Amino acid sequence: MNVNVSYAKSYSYWFLLPAALIYGLFFLVPTLASFYFSLTRWTLTESYFTGLDNFIMFFSESSLNIGLVNTVIYAVLTAGLKVVVGFLLAVMLTSELRTKHLLRSIIFFPTLISTIAVGITFSNLFHPTMGAINNLLLQVGIEGPDWLGDVKLALLSVALVDVWKGVGIALVIFIAGILAIPQHYYEALAIDGGNAWHKFSNLTVPLARPALNSVILLAFIGGLRSFDLVWTMTGGGPGFTTDLVASIIYKQYQGGFYGLATAGNVILVILVSALAFPLFRFLSKAEVDL
Amino acid sequence: MVKTRLATGDMADLSFFNTGSLYLTLNPAKNFVDLSAEPYMSKVIDSFKAVASVGGKVYAAPAGSIMGGGWYYNKAIYAKLGLKVPKTWSELSANLAKIKAANITPIIASYKDSWTSQLIILADYYNVQVKNPKFADDYTAHKATYANTPAALAGFERLADVFKKGYINKDASSTTFDMALKMMVDGKGAHYPMLTFATATMAGDSAANNGLTIWMPAGISIYKGSKNIDAAKKFLAFFESPEGHAIQMAALKPDGPYAVKGITLPKDLFPSTMDMLPYIESGKTAPALEFLSPIKGPNLPQICVQTGLGLKSPLENAKEYDKDVEKQAKQLGLAGW
Repeated sequence: MNVNVSYAKSYSYWFLLPAALIYGLFFLVPTLASFYFSLTRWTLTESYFTGLDNFIMFFSESSLNIGLVNTVIYAVLTAGLKVVVGFLLAVMLTSELRTKHLLRSIIFFPTLISTIAVGITFSNLFHPTMGAINNLLLQVGIEGPDWLGDVKLALLSVALVDVWKGVGIALVIFIAGILAIPQHYYEALAIDGGNAWHKFSNLTVPLARPALNSVILLAFIGGLRSFDLVWTMTGGGPGFTTDLVASIIYKQYQGGFYGLATAGNVILVILVSALAFPLFRFLSKAEVDL
Repeated sequence: MVKTRLATGDMADLSFFNTGSLYLTLNPAKNFVDLSAEPYMSKVIDSFKAVASVGGKVYAAPAGSIMGGGWYYNKAIYAKLGLKVPKTWSELSANLAKIKAANITPIIASYKDSWTSQLIILADYYNVQVKNPKFADDYTAHKATYANTPAALAGFERLADVFKKGYINKDASSTTFDMALKMMVDGKGAHYPMLTFATATMAGDSAANNGLTIWMPAGISIYKGSKNIDAAKKFLAFFESPEGHAIQMAALKPDGPYAVKGITLPKDLFPSTMDMLPYIESGKTAPALEFLSPIKGPNLPQICVQTGLGLKSPLENAKEYDKDVEKQAKQLGLAGW
């Protein structure tokens, strides 16, 4: 029998046109244009081609390249903590714990608050002499540090707040992943005499792998692109010590250096892709089938 | 914001903006109406016109009073410790040491709002200018830098010095501008380097060379694409008239003289404003560098915080600032960079 090919392709390709136009106009064209403008000195109305000057400046000036290092530290730190803390909480909150529904809500709650509000609240809580956190520590006889003012601590403090705010999302994905594991695996393990650690390491972790991978990837990319929390809490300071690539780009736009800022965006895209794609390949290899 | 709105042609009739180097980045000749021929311009002081003009044409009318940059000082603390208002940096240093010995924070620093960290350096410009009268031009032409001009480098050194000697409050990097003002009012610190005042310093190295670094008021410009240019011109004419200034003064007590001649200031001025007047009347003023040169590195606030917290040496910071300035100059497309 001769299969009618046109039957399989009963819709015309013209139906793709509206979507392709929108995608092309609002995504492809600006992306390609930004690659061009990153090579220019640009005033929004006029541009002068300067070759790779902007990129050279971005990598050679210490106030610009400090962001590359900070961004990677920040992304690894926040993604790592969200995964570890989120996963342990998820295991705990899928057990027979009585208050688990209440606890789930409490942990998820910070996700619902605007990042700016979180940033302002915590920069007040963190104040070394007037903030609630250090005043509490003082009650038990500890002189708390200057959380956001100490240059060694500031980035870490912001990362901790990011984890507090973001761990709820990781938790929800983990809970869904763990609950999707068929119960009979656990029954089989119990019959073979496995203990709680076996349950966790041999069943829960490998079988919740898809959920783990999504969270690792999402949290890592989110960390690389992070901006709002750092900007409200420290503004990149003290000095440049907590500047991320995104906050540096923002400052270049503020200064009216549109070409340089666009170059920063191109660098950020390359940085995210260069780290996220290999990570994605690595993680998907490690997945097992249920 | 203003730059984006101008670039996209979506600008309000009037724009209120800084004068000096920042104003030039708006490309006034292209975007704003020439106000040189307006009748009130004959009364506007020349040093304002200089910072609001391009190619000999004035594009902005003054709004607000002239500010001085210097150090506020707490008179109660000065009286209690029997200190004299210093005229030179060494007199000021001696005062700072005495205040510290009395267990009072000598200087309030509010580095959480990083712009406030620039004042020690920026207000020192009068002194730079006394020693190197051509600094602003050479600096714009890339012949002089902060790192290779001792008088300019001194600002960075002083900023680092007050940290090294333990003169600033411990929680400086978590203190905001508002908190600092409250500390100043509550007497929790003896000095606060800020805009608009004059007294305690402008600490030149010798008392005879004392002068004041001043900041020109912001300017109002009329957008060229506006449909209401005539109405806007009438508004500005009233705004700059004695009647217009009377209304401004009734709403807010002036914290400095105006940039328009023939305006009578009220008698009950703030003490800090009174301290400023002799400097202005005797002509011992220099506009801050940002008014004289189109280049001011955008990262100066952060670099000052680095200096003021001792994260890097004054020379390293001066070099870093010179690079920041170079970036700005290249982006502005200036000749010689």
